Amino acid sequence: MTNLWMDIKHADVITVMGGNAAEAHPCGFKWVVEAKAHNNAKLIVVDPRFTRTASVADLYCPIRPGTDIAFLSGVAKYLLDNDRIQHRYVAAYTNAGYVVKEGYDFQDGLFTGYDPDKRDYDKTTWDYEIGPDGYAVVDETMQHPRCVMQLLKTHVAQYTPEMVERICGSPRDKFLKVCEIIATTSSPERTMASLYALGWTHHSKGSQNIRSMTIVQTLLGNIGMLGGGMQALRGHSNIQGLTDLGLMSNLIPGYLNLPIEKEPTYADYAAKRTFKPLRPGQVSYWQNYGKFFVSFQKAMWGAKATRENDWAYDYLPKLDVPTYDVIRGFELAKQGRMSGYVIQGFNPLLSFPNRAKMTEAFSKMKFVVVMDPLQTETARFWQNHGEYNDVDTKSIQTEVFELPTTLFAEEEGSLSNSSRWLQWHWQAQEPPGECRSDIEIMSGIFLRMKEAYRKDGGAFPDPIVNLTWNYAIAESPTPHELARELNGYTLAPIEAAGTQLPAGKQLDGFAQLKDDGSTACGCWIYSGCYTERGNTMARRDNTDPGDRGIAPNWAFAWPANRRVLYNRASCDPEGKPWSEKKKLIEWNGKQWVGFDVPDYGVTTAPEQGVGPFILNQEGVARLWTRSLMRDGPFPAHYEPFESPMANLAFPKVKGAPAARIFKDDLADLGTSQEFPHVATSYRLTEHFHGWTKHAKINAILQPEAFVEISEELAREKGIAKGSWVRVWSKRGSLKAKAVVTKRVKPLICDGKPVHVVGIPQHWGFIGHTRKGWHPNSLTPVVGDANTETPEFKAWLVNIEPTTPPSDAVA
Amino acid sequence: MADYSSLDIRQRSASTEQPPTIRSHQEVAKLIDVSKCIGCKACQAACEEWNDLRDDVGVNTGVYDNPHDLTPKTWTLMRFTEYENPESQNLEWLIRKDGCMHCTDPGCLKACPSPGAIVQYANGIVDFIEENCIGCGYCIKGCPFNIPRISEVDRKAYKCTLCSDRVAVGQAPACAKTCPTGAIMFGTKEAMIEQAHERVEDLKSRGFDHAGLYDPAGVGGTHVMYVLHHADQPQLYNGLPKDPRISPLIAFWKGGAKVFGLATMGFAALAGFFHYVTAGPNEVAAEEEEEAIEVEKAAKNGPTNGTGTGAAARPH
Repeated sequence: MTNLWMDIKHADVITVMGGNAAEAHPCGFKWVVEAKAHNNAKLIVVDPRFTRTASVADLYCPIRPGTDIAFLSGVAKYLLDNDRIQHRYVAAYTNAGYVVKEGYDFQDGLFTGYDPDKRDYDKTTWDYEIGPDGYAVVDETMQHPRCVMQLLKTHVAQYTPEMVERICGSPRDKFLKVCEIIATTSSPERTMASLYALGWTHHSKGSQNIRSMTIVQTLLGNIGMLGGGMQALRGHSNIQGLTDLGLMSNLIPGYLNLPIEKEPTYADYAAKRTFKPLRPGQVSYWQNYGKFFVSFQKAMWGAKATRENDWAYDYLPKLDVPTYDVIRGFELAKQGRMSGYVIQGFNPLLSFPNRAKMTEAFSKMKFVVVMDPLQTETARFWQNHGEYNDVDTKSIQTEVFELPTTLFAEEEGSLSNSSRWLQWHWQAQEPPGECRSDIEIMSGIFLRMKEAYRKDGGAFPDPIVNLTWNYAIAESPTPHELARELNGYTLAPIEAAGTQLPAGKQLDGFAQLKDDGSTACGCWIYSGCYTERGNTMARRDNTDPGDRGIAPNWAFAWPANRRVLYNRASCDPEGKPWSEKKKLIEWNGKQWVGFDVPDYGVTTAPEQGVGPFILNQEGVARLWTRSLMRDGPFPAHYEPFESPMANLAFPKVKGAPAARIFKDDLADLGTSQEFPHVATSYRLTEHFHGWTKHAKINAILQPEAFVEISEELAREKGIAKGSWVRVWSKRGSLKAKAVVTKRVKPLICDGKPVHVVGIPQHWGFIGHTRKGWHPNSLTPVVGDANTETPEFKAWLVNIEPTTPPSDAVA
Repeated sequence: MADYSSLDIRQRSASTEQPPTIRSHQEVAKLIDVSKCIGCKACQAACEEWNDLRDDVGVNTGVYDNPHDLTPKTWTLMRFTEYENPESQNLEWLIRKDGCMHCTDPGCLKACPSPGAIVQYANGIVDFIEENCIGCGYCIKGCPFNIPRISEVDRKAYKCTLCSDRVAVGQAPACAKTCPTGAIMFGTKEAMIEQAHERVEDLKSRGFDHAGLYDPAGVGGTHVMYVLHHADQPQLYNGLPKDPRISPLIAFWKGGAKVFGLATMGFAALAGFFHYVTAGPNEVAAEEEEEAIEVEKAAKNGPTNGTGTGAAARPH
């Protein structure tokens, strides 16, 4: 989230699209209800299904799964055509006037530089024109034919309401009503909050879905504002922490990158990360990358990371492919090239696409280690459960280790939520049986590995035997010890920000980090969470000056306890809040003061002309993203990889051209002749993922797997409410009960009806609920070009009435 | 069900004498704002947790409602209705939390023949006291909302207690405490009515011209009230009665029929008395007495035929 949960109560318009907040985030949704009750907010829901969120919305507009970019490009076009943008904001705080290099183009659905064999782009033309002064050329009048504003206007020109209706199946009047309400927030006095989740990310162009709304929000001047922002609602209590701490195959903590093979030395790596400002006088805060990186290396290897050995740069693995994400991992396992898998708090058999492929991959592995507080289907993938998991157990030789772990309530530590808060929590009860914490298990494995490397050597034991491990009890580091490492500490006396710190002291924040080896910090953005004054994550003061929903002394928010990112943009260029009612900070003549920690130099005067987006090299928000996205500097509409329609926007390109798909998976795609209906998967309020099927009460509340279809499709197929149906795709088949509902309607796309089959995802073959199938039995294996997130939200199926599974209750 | 010792009782089933109320009480109420409800069923979970109820894990019947109906172990239930509004042409998903309405004039209590099985506390909560329940099911007939359910295990009637045990110690009902969106509110009836008016204003401003408070007069008002978008058509919300009243049968049974029944019993007693006065008591004649003595002798001395004395000894 750029803002925070409580901030939603200040929104004037709330758009829930690419998510279903009431259903998947019912507790946080209270702030939406609050905005409606006490801020007279209007709630818009755009979703293929009329959801629980839609049930309390002021306006619901249907949309065909996988067409969000067309819809939102249509909204952007409406705002531009009708001159409903926040002009001063766009002029001062965005790259609308930046002139793009000659040679950049977008034709027939492809950006310049596409290589169809590699399914990738050569992105050299995707940049600004650089002037003789070494800075990007800017046309403040925004009239230059190659300036971002003009390119944007051309880029969205074809998404007329008629085109949106043809592609998305969203009725024109509803679409225009959505545009009208959204456009009211171009006023500096009004803001819109965009709430989204996996409904946008689970697509072959998931990142660009989010980019589309970012463009809309930036044109409206809603970023950095109270009650505005892009609100990514995270689906697990600590999934924000997972990304913050770099638990992706290509990241290290704090959104730093793991090196690639083409960067054999630290000099190569650092040269690509200078982040030189693109305009005079800009902050470009990533210029401090070296300080974050060196401090990370010092936290990892202490005295063994020296200037002489490039801060132990060689200890880091170098990627030979962009990412070793799960899709690639299981492709390798299927080929017999990944032979073991350690799973922490994950149920991949029912989480990753194409269940049959998952089963095949697991069956080829030598070992699988499952660390989980609950029993998972993954740990039982080899067990025959009749038609629910029909495997030949005898033929599977994989050795499975199940290590029971503590559950969150049985341990203390911090969780990072969607608001970027690090909240400490305390142990509520002792764990049962022989459970151990994940920390203890990982420590046990590590210490044994270290001992083996110490004794037997190996090709390169250094990174393992030299890893910093200064915990009081080596087998059981405490959450406090780990948090102190993440916060960072001095290794030598330092002077920073006018203060002096002796060696061995906790840092106050990342501003004190050094690239000379005198500081260590496990995750720079978390710096400030555990200082000399103590554990700031454990703070519980909910005092909220000015009723801004900020409560600055509740827990700790990264970065630097800042609650609303880019909050400098809540003021006009002179430093006066756009709206007094929505004031976050302001310039008082000497410094920036207000309710939140300024996202800006505290004493940087407005007349210095420093842009509010201080992390960006430009200092402004990007409507056009240069070469930072693998699949294009603007979002463009592509169909899902399995879709019932041609691409009306670009007939020559159907699916996202840079999305990654492996050969076998491409062959595993079905056609709309065989599979005429669009399927989408989602959560229900009654359950949390695969966990709560182990809880009796949740099982009572939603006991049995079902699919949702329209009355029209039910009539066509002769399916009765509550009867058994079979749903199948090119990759697999499942059975479920039919919920026949008015809440799912055929979408009229380009004059033809498209039926949607909704498949909730909470059932498996163990637990208190009735046995059932997960939608991953059907889903295709294709990943978003930037994140490799699988396309779980739009694929093709067929459906027919069927007989109950053999064990079903009549 | 509840330990009601800390709550004062206003009415008690099948009892003419009512216990004295020595404390002054404000009436409490739960306000369910249907327009804020997202149908998440957290209230159902909280009810099961607090009251330690575990219904059966059921099946899906093609709807979101689970369990499918109120049961002795399900005291509250979300009921989902899909409604196509003919005026706005919009689909509306009307989700109503069903359960006991805690009527001011409770039909169940009126109908109940067992002393003290149903009580109404001074704060307005209507509670079932299972130890006094005889399982006759008259409370179901008496209820205009079809709420109580008889357990097949112990033949006692069960329903929502409005968490009388929590309210007795100053806490809100479990469902209200849990509701994530604040759709379930709890407080004095007065405060809840005030709250409802504010919500109704908001709904009217959003185009729901007939928004209103559901506090039906036919049962003297209720201590569970709804804010409805369509207060003019409560039946849209899965058959919430428009003008609930206690069944005339109950009024007859407890009114006319009871009087008639008591009168009949009175006449029978009187008739017996007059018969005694006029005809005198039954008397035993001397020969009958002698015969009886002989039969007794025979029974003592005579051979038994193995099956006991009864048949052989019976006089004829």
